[in-house]
Amino acid sequence: MCDQTFVAITFGPCDRCEKNFPLMSIYIQGEAATYCSFCVDTMACEGLTKGETLVTLKNESDSLKKKLEEERNKLHDIELHKVAEKVEVLGALPIKTRRVLKGHSNKVLCMDWCKDKRRLVSSSQDGKVIVWDAFTLNKEHGVTMPCTWVMACAYAPSGCAIACGGLDNKCCVFPLSLDKNENLAAKKKNVAMHTNYLSACSFTNSDMQILTSSGDGTCALWDVESSQLLQSFHGHTADVLSLHLAPSETGNTFVSGGCDKKCNVWDMRSGQNVQSFETHDSDVNCVRYYPSGDAFASASDDATCRLYDLRADREVAIYQKDSIIFGATSVDFSQSGRLLFAGYNDYTVNAWDVLKGTRVSILFGHENRISSLKVSPDGTAFCSASWDNTLRIWA
Amino acid sequence: MAEGSKDQGTVVMGTATSPTTPTPTTITITDPEEDSPNMIVYRKIEDIVMRIQDEKAGGVAIRTVKSFLSKIPSVVSGADIVQWLMKNLSIEDSAEAIHLGSLVAAQGYFFPISDHVLTLKDDGTLYRFQSPYFWPSNCWEPENTDYAIYLCKRTMQNKARLELADYEAENLARLQRAFARKWEFIFMQAEAQVKIDRKKDKAERKILDSQERAFWDVHRPVPGCVNTTEMDIRKCRRERNPHRVKKSVYGTPDDSQSPSPVHIPSSQPARKATREDVQKEISFLNIQLDRHCMKVSKVADSLMCYTEQFMEYDPFVAPMEPSNPWLTDDTSFWDLEAGRDPSQQRVKKWGFSMEECLKDPAGRDQFLKFLESEFSSENLQFWLAVQELKRRPLQEVASRAQEIWQEFLAEGAPSSINLDSHSYERTSQNIKDPGRYSFEDAQEHIYKLMKSDSYARFLRSNVYQDLLLARKKQQPSDTEQGRRTSLEKFTRSVGKSLTGKRLTGLMQSS
Repeated sequence: MCDQTFVAITFGPCDRCEKNFPLMSIYIQGEAATYCSFCVDTMACEGLTKGETLVTLKNESDSLKKKLEEERNKLHDIELHKVAEKVEVLGALPIKTRRVLKGHSNKVLCMDWCKDKRRLVSSSQDGKVIVWDAFTLNKEHGVTMPCTWVMACAYAPSGCAIACGGLDNKCCVFPLSLDKNENLAAKKKNVAMHTNYLSACSFTNSDMQILTSSGDGTCALWDVESSQLLQSFHGHTADVLSLHLAPSETGNTFVSGGCDKKCNVWDMRSGQNVQSFETHDSDVNCVRYYPSGDAFASASDDATCRLYDLRADREVAIYQKDSIIFGATSVDFSQSGRLLFAGYNDYTVNAWDVLKGTRVSILFGHENRISSLKVSPDGTAFCSASWDNTLRIWA
Repeated sequence: MAEGSKDQGTVVMGTATSPTTPTPTTITITDPEEDSPNMIVYRKIEDIVMRIQDEKAGGVAIRTVKSFLSKIPSVVSGADIVQWLMKNLSIEDSAEAIHLGSLVAAQGYFFPISDHVLTLKDDGTLYRFQSPYFWPSNCWEPENTDYAIYLCKRTMQNKARLELADYEAENLARLQRAFARKWEFIFMQAEAQVKIDRKKDKAERKILDSQERAFWDVHRPVPGCVNTTEMDIRKCRRERNPHRVKKSVYGTPDDSQSPSPVHIPSSQPARKATREDVQKEISFLNIQLDRHCMKVSKVADSLMCYTEQFMEYDPFVAPMEPSNPWLTDDTSFWDLEAGRDPSQQRVKKWGFSMEECLKDPAGRDQFLKFLESEFSSENLQFWLAVQELKRRPLQEVASRAQEIWQEFLAEGAPSSINLDSHSYERTSQNIKDPGRYSFEDAQEHIYKLMKSDSYARFLRSNVYQDLLLARKKQQPSDTEQGRRTSLEKFTRSVGKSLTGKRLTGLMQSS
């Protein structure tokens, strides 16, 4: 009898067909796997015929990206600020704080204007959501959410409801009644449900639909009445922090920005990602459309704000300064699109000349980070919400 | 490292840099993969702080200052820092430099030697730079036990300059109550620290003491001061220390639970790109390549044009009539906008584009009335109906869509609109399964039609021109057309009574 050496073989379920066979250890594209011999043969043949391994696909994607960049660069014939040299320089802006809204007992995280141009809703880390008449400083409604860190809030176009949510992963709607004594919380309606925190919410052109974005990396469109999900938007590879609906009456698009440094434009009808921009070096905290809807601005933790044009499909301006090193958290345009107001983590608001790319004003006043900034519907003022527990109206 | 032996002190404090210039080698090597937003700011600040201290490369002179009976080592004046910031970061206004410097101080990168409050002053106030050991980028999250040891140690040292401030004394009392059972241990640690400190050189001790104090000023700030260690909860999970492994400042083991509940969001592991992901990316890129894009020069002209056109309507750039309510507390501007009689300026906007006209409810009304007077309002009615359809709750959509079909498109429809055959085909297919977007094609077609036809006529119409040129409104019977509907008469008289004399006065003066 001769000595026989036996190769130690494992016996068990194959990774591919899941049937019990003697298994072989192999590597597929760098990943270890255990296949039965039959599957090894089949897979090897498949690989040869299709020729579409992850590696070859990635190569194709990379070469397409390069080609796209080349094509776009051909259209980059001049800088916006160069063209804007012939535009008259703006005079000094006499912007000051005109109102200070005190009432929250912790960081104010979000705010939204009512279409009536004077009311607004704000939400805070203390769990409170307050509706103010900012003009008279009157608090008109208040509701305490069961969860603290209410990171998003929105006013309905009719002015008859508000939406809010945050760490509870939900977005709920409260109808506002004229009866101040009525308990708002009693009429609460849960509309949206995400698998992570709610970062932003916005009503579409009606009280009947809400668009939400979440830390779970998705955006979603909901029917308020039935709480049904109408459309979901997948494409971001990290938390989505902000969204804004296109101002056009005819458009059905919105833009979103997230922690994957990307700004994506979406078609609400199909759920498709229509355009994508990735030039920031860090999280995109806020996105806002230019009034015509042809461009949008973004604010990022890389301390810059940028302007992207949808028709040129590229970044056309960057708003930055050596002395601005803290992240920008929120942006909004003035009525004509000439000014871009941006709130930063260094407690200031900077007003930028959108066309020329220069900073026109720096506004001091807040005593902690600015979390949210929005221009009023008629452009007469803008409101900033801050971690110093207050909101300020500037004009 | 775990026992509370007296040697722990040397290990901790010994790694602090030499009092004068911190050398680059003592800075922690950064992880190139780190992408935490806080880290980005820290790296920028650290770059600035290193440059300020580099005297040879244009930094400020850090020197020893003689004061009263003693010498103050390793200090810089606030004015010097402000000047450096203005020169090297292109800051024109000193207020901005002071603000930025104060923030850098509040983060813990330099501090006033005789104040717990971390701000920068543009005068002779003396500042010292923080040791890189204590930099926030090291992700310190010091425990209350460490703070207790520190305060205890301070009470043991009989120096006037180390006396506890009121808030510190309060904190100490609170900690004594909270840690009553382990106070003996804490006391021992504090004693050990004091012993070690005594062995150090006087000047070095001064510096290290002040740096340690500044460290605690950041992590246990004076009441009323901003706690700069607070984090945006949305970004927490990507911090370099996501599981908050607590490092002890004084080498004591962490056997106490943090008393306050901390929300630790579930960390999501980064998904690796699968084949489907890359295939999606490829099809997306192909679509982008096919897209027809405009040149930047053209886009720039378009943006400039739009902005220029609307600048007179921008309250931040142009003066407002009668005044901005937020400035004067006078709501006339809002009352006028809400009134039935639109101003000339507002009517002018309707002429910019059909979009602007439809956006303004008054413009939309006028446009509709004009079309009604011409018996050609079906197109606009249809467009408005479809807009309204999209705003309905889900369960009403199907039935409403059917109604719209019956009203405008079905055979023998009462308000029949003219669609091209292609759109009609598509729409009749869509209506079999009626939904929010069933009429998209039709709406788009009608919109284009209105833009080139009805809208252009509206702008040329007497109705519009009258409003635009603010021609005095005569009695209905005096007008050329004399076909005003009774509804219009009614709304005009209501408008007049509401805005009354004030508005006519305005019209006369403009």
